[in-house]
Amino acid sequence: MPDLLIELFSEEIPARMQGRAAADLKKLVTDGLVEAGLTYASAGAFSTPRRLTLSVEGLLSESPDTREERKGPKVGAPDKAIEGFLRGAGVSKDDLEIRDDKKGQVYFAVIAKPSRPAADIIAEVLENAIRNFPWPKSMRWGAAPLKWVRPLHSIICLLSDEAGATVVPVDIDGLIAGDTTEGHRFMGAGRFAVTGFDDYATKLRANSVILDATERADHIWNDATNQAFANGLEVVEDRGLLTEVAGLVEFPVVLMGEIAEDFLGLPPEVLQTSMKEHQKFFSVKNPKTGRIERFITVANRETADNGATILAGNQKVLFARLSDAKFFWENDLRVANAGMETWTDALSNVTFHNKLGTQAARIDRIAALAREIAPDVGADADLAEKAARVAKADLSSEMVYEFPELQGLMGRYYAEAAGLPQEVANACEAHYSPLGPSDDVPTEPVSVAVALADKIDTLTGFWAIDEKPTGSKDPFALRRAALGVIRLIMENDVRVSLADVLGKGYEGADVAHLVGFFHDRLKVYLKDEGIRHDVIDACLAMDGSDDITLLVKRARAMAAFLKTDDGENLLQGFKRANNILSQAEEKDGVEYSFGADVKFAEDDSETALFDALKSAEGAISSAIETEDFAGAFGAMAALRSPIDAFFTAVQVNADNAIVRRNRLNLLGQIRKIGTSVADLTRVEG
Amino acid sequence: MANGIEAPKSFQEIILRLQNYWAGKGCAVMQPYDMEVGAGTFHPATTLRSLGDKSWAAAYVQPSRRPTDGRYGENPNRLQHYYQYQVVIKPSPPDLQALYLGSLEAIGINMELHDIRFVEDDWESPTLGAWGLGWEVWCDGMEVSQFTYFQQVGGHDCHPVTGELTYGLERLAMYILGVDHVMDMPYNDPSSPVPLSYGDVFRQTEAEYSRWNFDVADTDVLLQHFKDAEAECQRILEQPYEDPKTGKRIVMAHPAYDQAIKASHLFNLLDARGVISVTERQAYIGRVRALSKACADAFVQTEAGGYAA
Repeated sequence: MPDLLIELFSEEIPARMQGRAAADLKKLVTDGLVEAGLTYASAGAFSTPRRLTLSVEGLLSESPDTREERKGPKVGAPDKAIEGFLRGAGVSKDDLEIRDDKKGQVYFAVIAKPSRPAADIIAEVLENAIRNFPWPKSMRWGAAPLKWVRPLHSIICLLSDEAGATVVPVDIDGLIAGDTTEGHRFMGAGRFAVTGFDDYATKLRANSVILDATERADHIWNDATNQAFANGLEVVEDRGLLTEVAGLVEFPVVLMGEIAEDFLGLPPEVLQTSMKEHQKFFSVKNPKTGRIERFITVANRETADNGATILAGNQKVLFARLSDAKFFWENDLRVANAGMETWTDALSNVTFHNKLGTQAARIDRIAALAREIAPDVGADADLAEKAARVAKADLSSEMVYEFPELQGLMGRYYAEAAGLPQEVANACEAHYSPLGPSDDVPTEPVSVAVALADKIDTLTGFWAIDEKPTGSKDPFALRRAALGVIRLIMENDVRVSLADVLGKGYEGADVAHLVGFFHDRLKVYLKDEGIRHDVIDACLAMDGSDDITLLVKRARAMAAFLKTDDGENLLQGFKRANNILSQAEEKDGVEYSFGADVKFAEDDSETALFDALKSAEGAISSAIETEDFAGAFGAMAALRSPIDAFFTAVQVNADNAIVRRNRLNLLGQIRKIGTSVADLTRVEG
Repeated sequence: MANGIEAPKSFQEIILRLQNYWAGKGCAVMQPYDMEVGAGTFHPATTLRSLGDKSWAAAYVQPSRRPTDGRYGENPNRLQHYYQYQVVIKPSPPDLQALYLGSLEAIGINMELHDIRFVEDDWESPTLGAWGLGWEVWCDGMEVSQFTYFQQVGGHDCHPVTGELTYGLERLAMYILGVDHVMDMPYNDPSSPVPLSYGDVFRQTEAEYSRWNFDVADTDVLLQHFKDAEAECQRILEQPYEDPKTGKRIVMAHPAYDQAIKASHLFNLLDARGVISVTERQAYIGRVRALSKACADAFVQTEAGGYAA
């Protein structure tokens, strides 16, 4: 069985696109082959900065003959039906056969697909793959019409078996597939021909190209950690950077360099960010001191001086970069030591949003709000206000201008330098959190107050100017902000009325609508915990559900209850009771909610239910009093068997009107209990 | 030096070698455009000539001004006035990367000892309404050039595609010459009768312009100039294609484009004076882009832009 080798050799493919592109090439080609009837045993895709490679093994040498018969409409059927059938089968009317069927004469289409040689199919599939390749961004070059990620220079498309290898004729606008490629740009020895995948991989290696990105990454990581270890140091792990760097080289050479003494006093995050963002260096840490003392760079070649020139060059570039960082740090520290006023003043010239005023105005609002919220979260009001006033000062700093991703973190360093209380400094960093569903939620009260105030101001502000998220559009990340508020409240056990807190935000927001938005976010969030939206609706119907912490407590207890056997059965019993009751109420035009009396009970099960309801009612109300919802639902669970027994033994709609009314009123009691912890009528199913 | 190429001795020698190299590869060696621009791309030999289907090949030095980067001549790498070396070839030849690497060897970079890498960098100029794909070229971790395949200029798709190479001359030269502060870099051969450093030539002007750019430039005047350039650009382009005096078709794409360049530089000056707020910024950029697009529209109506009567 033949094997197929495809290589698409181009100018440097962006590192971030390579892995995906190799997978796309494999999928496009193998799917195309299989669809045309050409099955295969295995396939593997590879990428380097300059090539995408696909190896397919054990391919059929030709697609099998296929013959398919399809039964069509009756002879004499409307033209439209016949046309539709012809379109679907891909044949013309002349090709149809007429056969006798039980019901008369019927058209039959016989679709025969003759066998095609593999090369024909491959040529077609590859051309289609190249012309329709899903690059995130593609371009033209020269005067050619083709689009590719960067100029495409050569194509290998080689079919090989025991008899030898043949080039599959592929011609993309004059770019003709062959059996040659080249190795490393600088260390390779010109173009060479290959006879199949093994030969290709071997010759690439001989020409200083490691084809497999994983192998390059492993090599880089092993060599980097070994060099660090030999010096008593460790490499700071960064998977994203490792993948990127492995996509920048065909022949990785790991070099470790020193960071000049002058820069070791910079915050480690600054060193790390500067080295990673600008130079794609790994940071190397001294595990004893926690300081970043060296860097690892990965070159794309070996040199006669063992990388000395390359390392010296990299060190020089790093020196310039870190000089900038140090310059920013020192300038910033001067402003910080002087109380950061220059920064906070500067924020009055920065527009937050043209309808919501400047950053300075926004900070005033957040400070006032943080002060108001402080008692609810157990924070000192003065500290919360102070923290809110300085939390965004670092946005004016030079370091954050250079590295926006360091916002908040620099705020903490600068607040510490300014001698502000530690809670205030911590809030500078923590108040942006949580940024996503998996990000940690701040727990220090001052941080919680500022984080809440920040997000509530954003949400109420954008609600007031009617810039709500719509569909997939949420340019101001308001969904994330609302989820942040929910998690801050929930995970810190904060007890507030959501509507009250939101009412303290930006004036003019439709708070009721915003509360609805929060409920939607909450449903999405709790769905991941396996809590259904109707369970939340059932809890929202209760008094006090504006308190998110209470709401979630109730919903969790209820979801757990409904998962038990008792819970599921009780729910069914409750629904049955409610249905009978509703029908009777509708028919009779009265509400059966009061006056059930045990003296009219005729059956033992009825008496037992009276007793059970009475004791459950007491247990439930005392459990609710202490917010022990699990206890409340547990007490409800005790009603399962009495209710079941009741329904088995008696007919509610008895002939005796007094007995009937009494039983309906008894059901009324069940309904009352079933809506006392959560509104069970809202539960679906 | 290995591979037989002697190391250059001065800033100017590096420029001269680039000129010779690209002249040898068939580029028209052009002179800098005689207006203030922010980058070599603004030269009409790049922007306008990348439009239309006529072949083109040019190389030139372009003095470039970025008022916000002024540091009074004190920063080792930052200058408000610096030089770019620009190469543009349309259609981009298949061996453009190899030609480029050849130019690095010509200025004394030994490929056997250095690590040259093409790192993804998409280029976009909001004021020119232009974008392209390519790389920043790294030598031992330092960005030494921008390498771009133009895809769109002035809102027009580029076809054929122009390949553009931009060398940041000071940084590249400092690296090759092993100098840590730009002002210490030899401008001419240090063994000349009158040896001059980069600082001898530019330290004073850097200080003068830094002061003017940041603190003295009259913003009302600049603002008025901006409006005037914008209006003049529009007025030029409103003229009928046929010149009433000569009776010939004369589309004035270049004079209009000069006004667009002016508006762009005035915007940079206003920005350096800190009088443009974040929200206004976008509006100004949009106004300059509208001018660039109108000039591109006009250029494709000219012979050089591929218009055939």
